[in-house]
Amino acid sequence: MNGRAFPAPRRAVLALGLTALPAAVLAQDSPAVAAAIRELAGDGPFEERGITLRLPPLAENGGQVPLTVQVDSPQTADRHVTAIHVFATRNPTPDVASFRLTPHVARAEVQTRIRLAEDQRVLVVAVLSDGTRRRAAADVRVGQGGCLS
Amino acid sequence: MNQPRIRVPRSVRAGEPFEIRTLLEHPMETGLRQEGGRAVARDLVHRFVVRVNGEVALDASLRNGTAANPYHVFWLRLDRAAELDFNWTDEAGRTARATARVAVT
Repeated sequence: MNGRAFPAPRRAVLALGLTALPAAVLAQDSPAVAAAIRELAGDGPFEERGITLRLPPLAENGGQVPLTVQVDSPQTADRHVTAIHVFATRNPTPDVASFRLTPHVARAEVQTRIRLAEDQRVLVVAVLSDGTRRRAAADVRVGQGGCLS
Repeated sequence: MNQPRIRVPRSVRAGEPFEIRTLLEHPMETGLRQEGGRAVARDLVHRFVVRVNGEVALDASLRNGTAANPYHVFWLRLDRAAELDFNWTDEAGRTARATARVAVT
């Protein structure tokens, strides 16, 4: 991608999309998103570490947006990721998919393609076998929306 | 449903992670899309389960936000030769299935 094609403020957004966002930014979930997270991953605190979330900062086609979630975990019988939940905060329905993992899964990593209706933040929550929960987020700008068309 | 496509190695080393890719051609209609002024009926594959010698390894719940032609890449490891079983189910109960035999050296 040619960075010079974008004005400076947009370049800043592109850079942000590749990194986990700080806790203060994550704290403002809409009621629908908060309810979806609570229903799937339960209540309690989140650690803001240990997840690498890969999404393109700019998705021309919101109908096919590649997503990779990678959670740091040894994936042993004692210590493994039991679930990865994906939420699109500004889709008509925020829950995208949930993956339940066992120690047969050698790396706590899933790659798929998702739909995004408009510019938005994608949230990922991981639940570990010891009960801890982690989350990460990335912002994506969407060219052609992928839900209603 | 269409016959799914899977990419699985024929043989792997014991205990070493290996990659699997799967693709099912399916419209994943959300029920929200309009065509000619009418909503296209919802038609979603909502579950994808991978088993290793009959034991569940990965169990995915797919919802509206999963793109058409659901595509998944993930990593397994095996200690011994295994039969891998891949199952997709839509909300009407129709299924698609693929299997693969993996040798362990």
